[in-house]
Formats: sequence, structure tokens, C-alpha cells
Amino acid sequence: MNNTETPSSSSPVDEQAIILIEGMHKWYGQFHVLKEINLRVKKGERFVICGPSGSGKSTLIRCINRLEEHQRGRIVVDGTELTDDLKNIESVRREVGMVFQHFNLFPHLTILENLALAPIWVRKMPRAEAEDIAMRYLERVKIPEQASKYPGQLSGGQQQRVAIARALCMNPKIMLFDEPTSALDPEMIKEVLDVMVELADEGMTMLCVTHEMGFAKTVANQMIFMDEGQIVEQNEPDEFFTNPQSERTEQFLSQILTH
Amino acid sequence: MAESGQNQKFERLEDLPPPVMAVGILGWVRNNLFSSLSNSTLTIVALYLLYLAIPPVVNWAIITADWIGSGREDCTSGGACWVFIYARLNQFIYGFYPEAQQWRVNLAFALLLVLFVPLLIKNFPYKTWLGFLLLLVYPVVAFLLFYGGALGLPVVSTDQWGGLMLTLVISAVGMVASLPLGILLALGRRSQMPIVRAFSVAFIELWRGVPLITVLFMSSVMLPLFLPEGVTFDKLLRALIGITLFESAYMAEVVRGGLQAIPSGQYEAAKALGLNFWKSMSLIVLPQALKLVIPGIVNTLIALFKDTTLVIIIGLFDILGAVEAAIKDPSWLGYAVEGYVFAALIFWIFCYGMSRYSQALERKLSTGHKR
Repeated sequence: MNNTETPSSSSPVDEQAIILIEGMHKWYGQFHVLKEINLRVKKGERFVICGPSGSGKSTLIRCINRLEEHQRGRIVVDGTELTDDLKNIESVRREVGMVFQHFNLFPHLTILENLALAPIWVRKMPRAEAEDIAMRYLERVKIPEQASKYPGQLSGGQQQRVAIARALCMNPKIMLFDEPTSALDPEMIKEVLDVMVELADEGMTMLCVTHEMGFAKTVANQMIFMDEGQIVEQNEPDEFFTNPQSERTEQFLSQILTH
Repeated sequence: MAESGQNQKFERLEDLPPPVMAVGILGWVRNNLFSSLSNSTLTIVALYLLYLAIPPVVNWAIITADWIGSGREDCTSGGACWVFIYARLNQFIYGFYPEAQQWRVNLAFALLLVLFVPLLIKNFPYKTWLGFLLLLVYPVVAFLLFYGGALGLPVVSTDQWGGLMLTLVISAVGMVASLPLGILLALGRRSQMPIVRAFSVAFIELWRGVPLITVLFMSSVMLPLFLPEGVTFDKLLRALIGITLFESAYMAEVVRGGLQAIPSGQYEAAKALGLNFWKSMSLIVLPQALKLVIPGIVNTLIALFKDTTLVIIIGLFDILGAVEAAIKDPSWLGYAVEGYVFAALIFWIFCYGMSRYSQALERKLSTGHKR
């Protein structure tokens, strides 16, 4: 299955890589959305994935916690290979936090309940301890005073910060961000990005799909550009922005950096 | 002040009260009853119709009605004869339940009230325990009280049950059993496992496709034919099972509507946090879905409550059955209207109560979210 070996992932068991994707393909019915994806993310690395809409970038990161199934190749997350085995899937999801474009907070629960839910029901933590942790993360995202409100009473930026805190409450090893600022009013983007930058500074392993190139420049170790379901280019941010290897990347960058 | 456009200060305009004619009683009357020529005409016609209808009804039911007495000779005034209802009240409420044992029925319903009313009180501390008692312990206690056969209580067989008590037993069991079954069927119908899905679809479509009367008939006439000789099923039990399965099919479709209204993002967020199927359903999806379909659920429950009158067809005498039997009593011939009005009033009180409760529940559970 793995016919085009990438130079970086020649050994099948790689101690260094916390996420390892090899020769991965995905189809929606007849439609081939992801083609021959190879990716190696080491602990503490921060990847920013960009590309035009429909290029498969969201689908790619959704494969990492198996919100989407892949049909060929393999994905290994923190030593666990993602297969049909539900046990494996759930253990990977416990270690991988995810932040969505539309926040997806649970509207029937208060902010505190949103945060404490997974620690209580997945990690089997006592309620008091879970709520302590929840409050700590709410303070970190700077909205402890909203703890007893419902998501519908918060602004978009606040909701997204709660969503980040909710993922962090599970103490994940990896954080996935799926266009976290795309649904926000311009005035609220910065408050969310600030939280993400802080997270990056603490050494969190992050994969982030975003169009915020300023953020990418500050935070990313590695830039990935995708188009038509393929990884067109993976590069260091400096090289990526100033001297892209691919003509397609250059064209894309010129579109979004000068608009 | 405004030398150049750039230095202009943003000033907030003050909030003003709305114009007088837009608020208050006068404003309401003007906006709702007399806002246009056609609207005013409708208002006047409606008032005239009310004038035609209400005074005679009030006159019949209250002013000229006979309230006290013991037999039909006391009904002479020409209005409604409520003496009839009063004389037969015991039968309407308890059916043929022996009078000496009726305290058991009273006790059971009093217990139900004691357990249920605190649930309606905001911030009552032991709600979880009460709910637990109500759903798991109370049914056993109530059965012991109604049926007896233990603790020195003589057995009162189910064919002596009747009247309002039977109506309430059938509807309570039907409601409590059909909701969870309906939820399971709704989840089953949306399952990705083909066998589970096929079974749920087949079950729902089968039970929804037949009239309740047929179900009851089958349960009382056909079922005994298939059972081995000597094996008998209690008639009431068969009716209860029939009604529960029948209503659960309707309930399943109502709940499925709610499940479909929950955005996929909720399922995904639950999954991404590592919640398994049952946890994400019971903690995330169902609380939201059920809240959305409270009106539909209550609609089904009210329908169920009224459908219980159909058990008369298999010889169980619920409140309507008791009323019909009393109407045919030769000593009370001619008072059918009073009987039916009484039965209708009882049904209306319960149905309206359910409706109000559901509205209060919706308000209470509203968390002001618009996704």
C-alpha cells in the first residue's frame, strides 16, 4: 500500500513521531478527497495547514481523530494505529483535543458543565476535581466569570475560547484546530489567536487549519499547503512564505497575502 | 466641535419610551381587535356569537341545574341534572372496585401526588432520588396496593378495576413505558447497524400501520388462540402491552424528528472528547433532542390518554365505559348529556394539565441558545 516512501518515515516504528500518516487515501463514495498523504509530526511541533477551500485540509485533520475514516494507508497517533477498533479510536480521542470552526459547545449545559463533562465521564474524575480543573482552564482563557452562563449567552470569541478550554480539560497531547477563527467577527479573532499563541508557547503539539497567515508566521514550525486533496508543499515557515517551492503555493500565497 | 470629520465624537442617542397608542390595554385592543375594517367586523361577529352561545350554556349547566338530591325525582328544574353524576360518582372513579378496599386506590394516588408535586418545585433538593422512587419503586408499591395479594391485602382482580382509576393506570403505564421504548426505536432507526435499523423500521411501520382498535382486538380475541391451552394472560395486561407497543411507534417518530434536528457538530464534539455512543447520546444528544420535541411528545401523550377509552371494546370499563354503563341504567335514562359532559370535563382537565406542564417545562429548560 505504501508505494511512495517519503524519506522521513522510512522506519515503520518511529519513536519520535506522535502523529504518523503514511500513504493515506480517502474517498467520499466515488470522490477521491485525500490522495497519498504522508505526514510526520513530532512532539511539540506546530503545523499550520492552508489551502483553498475543498482542498481536503479539514478532512485531513478530521482523519487524525477518526471523525473521518480513511480507506488506504495508515495513521498512527501516539503509538496507536487507527483502525475499525473502537477501543483504539476512543483512546486516541482521549489524547487528541479538537476545536471546531463552529465551536460546537453543548448548548444545554453551562460553560462549567461543558468543560467538566468529559473529565467526569471519560476520565472518571470526581466532579469536584473536574470542576477545579475546568475553572483553572477558564481562567487561562480569561473568562472565569462566565462559568455559570450558557453558551448561547456568550459572544463568538468567548465561545471559541471556551471550546479550547474544553479540549484542554482532557489534558490532551495533541490539539487539532479546524479553522477556529473563520466563523468569528473580525473584532474577536485576536482574542482567540492570543490563546492559541499562548498554547503554542507552552509546547503543545498543534495542527491548525487556518487562513490567518500572521498567526502562522508567529507560531508554525512547519507549513503545509494542500490542493486537490494532496499535500503540495511542506516547508519551514520562512522558506514557505518567502521562497515557496511550488508554483501553486506561490499563486495561493499571492492571493491571500495581498487581498 | 466638528471642525474635521475625523474628530467627530460618537454620541449614543438616549432611549425613548414607545408612543402611547402602541402599548397598554387601549393599544392592545386597537392593534388586535380593531386594526382594520375586516378585523373590526370579525370582532363584532365573534362577540355576537359568544352572546348567542354562552348564556344558554351557563343557564343549563349552572343556574337552572339541579345540584342536590338522591334520585331522578330531584331533577325537576329543566337544567342539567348533576345529581346523576353525584349518585354514580363512586362508579365513575373506581369502577367495580370493592368499596371497602377503595382506600387503597386513594392511597396509591395520594402517594403519586406526594412524590410528583415536589418535582414541579424549582430547586427542590432531592429530585434525583424522587425521580428514582417514582420510576422504580412506586410502580411496585402501586401494583401491590391496587392488586393486593400481599401484606394482608385481599386480591382485587383486574376485571374489577374501572372508571377513572383504570383510565389513569392504563395511561400512566402506557406513558412511562412507551417513552423509553420509543427513544430506543428512534435510535435504532438511525443506527448504522443494518439489522437493528431494519428491525426498528419494521416495528415502527407495522404498529403505526394498524388502528389501535385492531391491536386491542387482536390482543383479546386472537392472542388466546395462539397460546397453549391453560395459559391465560390477564386482559388488562394484554391491553397495556398492546397500547405501549402501539404508542411507542408514534413516540419513536417524534423522537427521531428531534434527533434529526441536532446538528452533526454536536455528535462530532461529543466523539472528539472521547465519549462513547451511549454517553454521547444520553449526555449530549438526547437531552437536546427531547427538549426540542416536548410539544410532540406531549401531543402523543395526550393522544394516548384519550385513546385509552378504546379499551371499552375489549370489555374494560374505563371512565367513559363507566359513564356509558350508567347512562343505560333504566333509573337514570335521559341524562346522557350530563354523563358525557362530565367525562369530557375530566378528560379536558387532565389533558389541559399536561399541556400546561409541557409549556412550563419548555420555558424552564430554555437556555436561550440559538445556534
